[in-house]
Amino acid sequence: MSMSENKAWKPKIVAFCCNWCSYAGADLAGSSRLSYPADVKIIRVPCSCRVNPLFILRAFQRGADGVILCGCHPGDCHYTSGNYYARRRMTLLFSMLDYLGIEKGRTRVEWVSAAEGAKFAATMNDFAKTIGELGENKKLGDLRCKE
Amino acid sequence: MQKIGVFVCWCGSNIAATVDVERVAEAVKSEPGVVYSTNYQYMCSENGQAMIRNAIKEYGLNGVVICSCSPRMHEATFRKTAMAAGLNPYMVEIANIREQCSWIHKDMQEGTEKAIILARAAIAKVLKNAPLTAGTSPVTKRALVVGGGIAGIQTALDVADAGYEVDIVEKSPTIGGRMAQLDKTFPTLDCAACILTPKMVDAAQNEKIDILSYSELESVSGFVGNFTVKIRKKARYVDETKCTGCGVCTEKCPSRKGLNEFNMGLNTRGAIYIPFAQAIPNVAVIDKTQCLHFRTGKCGLCEKNCSAGAIKFDQEDEILERQYGAIILATGFKPIDASAFDEYAYCQSKDVVTSLEFERIMNAAGPTKGKLVRPSDGKHPHEIVFIQCVGSRCSADAVKGKQYCSKICCMYTAKHAMLVREKYPDVNVHVFYIDARTPGKNFDEFYRRAVEQYDVDYIKGMVGKVEVEGDHLRVQGSDLIANEQVVIQADMVVLATAIEPDPTARSLGTMLTASMDTNDFFTEAHPKLRPVESPTAGVFLSGACQGPKDIPETVAQAGAAASKVIGLLSKDHLVTNPCVAHSDELLCNGCSQCENVCPYGAISYVEKEVRGPEVRAVKRIAVVNEAVCQGCGACTVTCPSGAMDLKGFSNNQIMAEVDAICR
Amino acid sequence: MQRMIVDRLKALFAEGKIHRVLGWEAGEFFYDPTPAFFDAENVENLVYDSFCGSNVSKYLIAEAAKEGTVAALLKPCDTYSLNQLATEKRVNREKIYVIGLGCRGMLDIEKIRRAGATGVTGVEEKGDELTVHTLYGDKTLNRKDMLLEKCLTCKGKEHKVFDEVIGESEDTTSQDRMEMVRRLEAMSPDERFAFWRKELSKCIRCNACRNVCPACSCVKCVFDNPKSGVSNKAAADDFEENMFHIIRAFHVAGRCTDCGECSRVCPQGIPLHLLNRKFIKDINELYGEFQAGEQIGGRHPLINYQKDDCEPSVVYQRGGDKG
Repeated sequence: MSMSENKAWKPKIVAFCCNWCSYAGADLAGSSRLSYPADVKIIRVPCSCRVNPLFILRAFQRGADGVILCGCHPGDCHYTSGNYYARRRMTLLFSMLDYLGIEKGRTRVEWVSAAEGAKFAATMNDFAKTIGELGENKKLGDLRCKE
Repeated sequence: MQKIGVFVCWCGSNIAATVDVERVAEAVKSEPGVVYSTNYQYMCSENGQAMIRNAIKEYGLNGVVICSCSPRMHEATFRKTAMAAGLNPYMVEIANIREQCSWIHKDMQEGTEKAIILARAAIAKVLKNAPLTAGTSPVTKRALVVGGGIAGIQTALDVADAGYEVDIVEKSPTIGGRMAQLDKTFPTLDCAACILTPKMVDAAQNEKIDILSYSELESVSGFVGNFTVKIRKKARYVDETKCTGCGVCTEKCPSRKGLNEFNMGLNTRGAIYIPFAQAIPNVAVIDKTQCLHFRTGKCGLCEKNCSAGAIKFDQEDEILERQYGAIILATGFKPIDASAFDEYAYCQSKDVVTSLEFERIMNAAGPTKGKLVRPSDGKHPHEIVFIQCVGSRCSADAVKGKQYCSKICCMYTAKHAMLVREKYPDVNVHVFYIDARTPGKNFDEFYRRAVEQYDVDYIKGMVGKVEVEGDHLRVQGSDLIANEQVVIQADMVVLATAIEPDPTARSLGTMLTASMDTNDFFTEAHPKLRPVESPTAGVFLSGACQGPKDIPETVAQAGAAASKVIGLLSKDHLVTNPCVAHSDELLCNGCSQCENVCPYGAISYVEKEVRGPEVRAVKRIAVVNEAVCQGCGACTVTCPSGAMDLKGFSNNQIMAEVDAICR
Repeated sequence: MQRMIVDRLKALFAEGKIHRVLGWEAGEFFYDPTPAFFDAENVENLVYDSFCGSNVSKYLIAEAAKEGTVAALLKPCDTYSLNQLATEKRVNREKIYVIGLGCRGMLDIEKIRRAGATGVTGVEEKGDELTVHTLYGDKTLNRKDMLLEKCLTCKGKEHKVFDEVIGESEDTTSQDRMEMVRRLEAMSPDERFAFWRKELSKCIRCNACRNVCPACSCVKCVFDNPKSGVSNKAAADDFEENMFHIIRAFHVAGRCTDCGECSRVCPQGIPLHLLNRKFIKDINELYGEFQAGEQIGGRHPLINYQKDDCEPSVVYQRGGDKG
């Protein structure tokens, strides 16, 4: 890859945020004017348990470089138990992606409450930095040989 | 055919400063389905909303995307706008280009590009939207107040006054709460008991109010308008209906070792006791851990002496199940444990007391009958040092203490100082403080009276250490104004300990899914605009469980919470959230996995004949109770066949957003 | 043994206890008995020999929905699948008469061929001695070396659900079933990537793995449903097979009994069971030992939780370098 192409690459980061905690936390980061890279685009879901592994793979299929899921802290789920299920699902999915040789850093789960605007911004900054270091996501799109 | 209109809001300069709104409106014109696109200064204004309504009619729009502030702010507004123009409100999607774009990005190019992508995602989603119709659910016209302090009492009285039935569940044997323990109240110095006990009596006598003392919540299920609550009525080993509150048993009880909770453990009480003279209900309770009958099987003096025959050693906890339309949390506060603050010698000397303990010492009904004496030797003190902000306003990296200001300490310390000087002019009073915070009606005047009229020695600075020296306390602090170290030989030290939420609040929060902040105070639905509601529908906040408050604020908030509850209970039906799960009977395997993850028990199964292009069979299928489903979506991911989907956040809608963002 | 089974089935038919039988009939060749249903008239055609490796429990979903009682012939490992299906209410246990069959491990014709036997016309078994008749004479092999892969990690000789058992079973375990998973885990991410890229590249999306899998029994698979948004009968891009296999493994996670049928039937020889076993290994390590189909009822680990479950970041902490 040439230098110019390298410069042109902008990471695509999808952040799934639960409506009650993390999406509100993202709003708080905004109203507190705490910046994080514009590469991060948020999709609002009612609960972290709404996020199907299919959505995450779909994002990678369509060219995402990183996918992060944010929800209420364990014990604080608006729906009492949604994030507990999400936690198991994502743990297993991420472990599977690792098993397939996909960089671990491309997926993450973080619990961000509605009061944690600063944590939201810090999390997104850190995640974007990790994705920036990992570079373009080629492996997932490439797992099947093109020959 | 899809006809989507896109409306880009400037939000004054809030969005327009870092997002080129015209470019956004222009860029989305080429998106599939978009037939109209415009921008305006304030979309939420009447003019802005009129623009939307007109465009819906003029262009026959069947989907609307608003690029504006967070949907948490104005989604409801724009849904109403759409409805007014005859469009289903759920055909509106919001692209959050303020909180999640313009406010966090400084570069116009970057902000604009992101706003375009967010707009595209919203357009992609709205293309997959379907009109949704909200259902209704009935409202149980009865409220539950958790906590019987002044907040709970006031809320209950106000709700009952509007004609609705209210239950107060109080975990201790009497209602009254913290206020009942207070002596005088600032800034008027009227006696707390004189203004509280009539309210307690009002509550007890109100036929709409049922007081369940010595009771705690066991479990909560259901949702706004339809809560089912299990209440554990703890065994008090006294028949409430028979006990006359004569108090003979409490005098005859030979066990005298139980610490008197009402007096903050400064003296003891019998194993059978009535917390205080004006307790409501005025019924004795047996402390099983102290009672000789329970510990040794002997005794039974109370039983022998009770002419009413009210003692019931075989009483057991009772579980009541009741239905409520609304739940008000009024769980209040407690002072933090001062023993963590070793530097103030709280554990080493009985003469170092917390402010609430001091309150009991000053109270005529307290352990010293209101006489100011040292707890250690009963002697009259001559030098008293008050230390402010013990455990309040601590730095974030401190190992102990709270970051917040407990709000009431400055005022009650001024009150204590003033009362001491009033009753005992021979006592010198020193107050170490960081700032004297007195914003409130007649508050600063009150504080200045303490300084100017009562000659209280206010020292700006903190105390570094309190040491026990013989029968004195050596208080070492700094005077920041004189810029010098101060050492005072004190007879008593009073710690203005921070207040924190009652420890039972955490489990209640979990039970009700009512969110809490990092300090375990309940969070409000909106910090400014919805201060007495929890984000969880049907749950309301009254008093200090939401944050530190003084009595007038507590009472004001209690009344405000009551008015919100009355507003809810006055409705016969509530409109339910139409964004609920739905099972496609053609795809459903009937495998029961979704039922297992549903937190609300909203899914059941039926045997049904299903007919479709490829199937015609009687099979077991999942059915969602739309009134019970809260729309979390846990079931949708559990469903391998994709039969279970969530209206408003469907698989296809979310994937369309994913695709648009990754395009 | 085949004789005993047929006689017993005849008796059951005569008593009116059963109305149909799910078992195997002779295939085109001696080594490919095929799952089949029988009634009292044709039950003589039933076959049970060392090539009946296939797990027939999935057929019970459709069959048990019909009138009458069906007798199911299940080897010990097949009973786990039936329990799992009963847990998920896909079959009505009441309508199935389970006859547990003795099993000494099933033979793999491919292994026999790889051992140098060409033109195989039949086999004879005496203890561990396996005599293979071929067009070019007989060949003697050790039976234990010719077992199906799944038999090397046998789940034991116990039938987890049965109404009666015919014959004796043996535990044929000779390998640690997680060994290969562990070996993969120990590789570098790039090596793992290369391994799976090579394996998954072979996939021709014939759907055999899905069709044989007792857990993959959806009325309609998401990958076949045009409305699901992920249907892909013909792969549109290179990612789709990955997605198919990852999601398939995820959909059966917690429900997969590790019957090994997916790998057994794969015409391309992709070790698909290694995906399922990875989930099983993770579940066992992170949430406690769990065997799907051990019993009827209960909640599998993905529809259950503990408040103090590990965080997803455990994946980053466990083994290997980041990235």
